[in-house]
Amino acid sequence: MDVIVSQLFTGASTGAVLLLVALGLALTFGQMGVINMAHGEFLMAGAYTAYLTQQAVSNSDVSLLIALPLGFLVAGMLGLLLEMTVISRMYHRPLDTLLVTFGVGLILQQVARDVFGAQPKAVASPTWLHGQLDLLGYGYPVTRLFIVTIAVGCLAGTAAVLKYTALGRRIRATVQNRDLAETVGVSTRGTDRVTFFLGSGLAGVAGVALTLVTATVSNLGTSYIVPAFLVVVAGGIGQIKGSVIAAFALGIVGAFLTYYTSGSLATVLTFVLVVAFLQIRPQGLFTVRTRSLA
Amino acid sequence: MLELRGVTAGYGRTIVLDDVSVVVPTGDAVAVMGHNGAGKTTLLRVAVGLLPVRAGTVLLDGEDVTRLRPNARVRRGLGYVPQGQQCFPQMTTMENLQLITTSKAEIRGVLDTFPALTELLSRRAGLLSGGQRQQLAIARTLLTQPRMLILDEPTEGIQPNVVQEIEQVILGLTQRGDLSVLLVEQHVGFALRSTGSYYVLESGRITAQGEGGAGALDSVRAAMAV
Ligand SMILES: Nc1ncnc2c1ncn2[C@@H]1O[C@H](COP(=O)(O)OP(=O)(O)OP(=O)(O)O)[C@@H](O)[C@H]1O
Ligand SMILES: [Mg+2]
Repeated sequence: MDVIVSQLFTGASTGAVLLLVALGLALTFGQMGVINMAHGEFLMAGAYTAYLTQQAVSNSDVSLLIALPLGFLVAGMLGLLLEMTVISRMYHRPLDTLLVTFGVGLILQQVARDVFGAQPKAVASPTWLHGQLDLLGYGYPVTRLFIVTIAVGCLAGTAAVLKYTALGRRIRATVQNRDLAETVGVSTRGTDRVTFFLGSGLAGVAGVALTLVTATVSNLGTSYIVPAFLVVVAGGIGQIKGSVIAAFALGIVGAFLTYYTSGSLATVLTFVLVVAFLQIRPQGLFTVRTRSLA
Repeated sequence: MLELRGVTAGYGRTIVLDDVSVVVPTGDAVAVMGHNGAGKTTLLRVAVGLLPVRAGTVLLDGEDVTRLRPNARVRRGLGYVPQGQQCFPQMTTMENLQLITTSKAEIRGVLDTFPALTELLSRRAGLLSGGQRQQLAIARTLLTQPRMLILDEPTEGIQPNVVQEIEQVILGLTQRGDLSVLLVEQHVGFALRSTGSYYVLESGRITAQGEGGAGALDSVRAAMAV
């Protein structure tokens, strides 16, 4: 029983990080269909933003709160720059996009190594996140609860923007029928840019959050990019609620597998499970239903 | 006023429109007729900017808009209802309209024109019938407050009783006076009844043109029979 509860909590916090990383991808890949392999490096950019913020504002109690929006901005601007210079030239050419953004990711990692060195950088977590919270007889680190809170907050924010705002309607319209969106007056190019900014920015927030549980290195993103893509694919392209379930499922299944096997075997087993699942349901957890394709 | 001057356009290697010129004077309604595959939709796609020209120019109220993107043309008063009852299927009827404006008064205005939509506001547009989707498409375009309205076969594939309704609305629009209309239509009778002049497009060329009205019926039929 103790094992089950503790692994559930561990899995939930891994799932929350995955969700944060995947949420941005759900916009850029799920909604726009762009395979951006440099998404993981936006995560890294967010993490280094948290580190730099702490260097500038030595009070760790407030630096995190400054780093969260700042990480969003930094990663968002990087994403915007990437979209305008590279990706916008390669819509409808997924393989080119994949290869080029993979290259951009490697360059960003090298730049980070040159600037920050190869040593991992630690960010001190604020004192108000120290300690544990007693949940079902299990001491749950407050930092991890905070990450879950950020993930849920970003999720709610993203869903609200998509559902209730004019920008959200423009994003959805552009995804569903690009030509029609243009001819009712939506600037689809502008919408692409904003969507990419938001999706990349979310990766930045994820990166800041990650500094609470792990040290920052230049290749931080590489271990998250593939699971994040898996989450979006398994959840069903374009279906954010699918990504949510898939992220927590992957996190929790992974936590149990890690407990009963070893870390690397658990990763392999998780992949196998996702691939097997996609064989049975290639469209993912949720699909888009319509009466016609129009 | 919309003017296409010497437009040549196509897809890939195929030329679909060959040196086509069409004028829609301010406040007038003009019909373009022609058989399936003649290039009517292609002509409209050039007019709204979804397809680039190989040669020729597109003028909107005298301004050269040939290089402008569709959304910029919409902001200059060009409205387009594409062929095939297109909508944003995952968005509700209301959201399809709110994409253009959230002004309650403006939305109420188009709902007065198409009362059938009032019951369907919270339904996803992808679940509407063809006729309902076409009404939504026209309503949505009217919300952009066009001065120049382009309609591509607005009654194609729609049940007769709804066709009547849509034809009434279009007839009303063409008679408004402050709105210019370019109507692509296969039903020659309705096209000539609702417009003042016509063009016949065959295999990417204008083969006949003239004043509309019932008197033109025979000459249009003759031009299209060739
Ligand atoms: N996207 C495309 N790619 C290649 N060829 C196309 C494309 N769209 C249309 N065509 C071709 O261009 C020609 C004209 O097509 P268009 O759709 O303009 O005809 P239309 O007059 O609107 O016909 P309909 O009455 O059936 O709507 C056709 O031969 C068609 O096959
Ligand atoms: Mg057509």
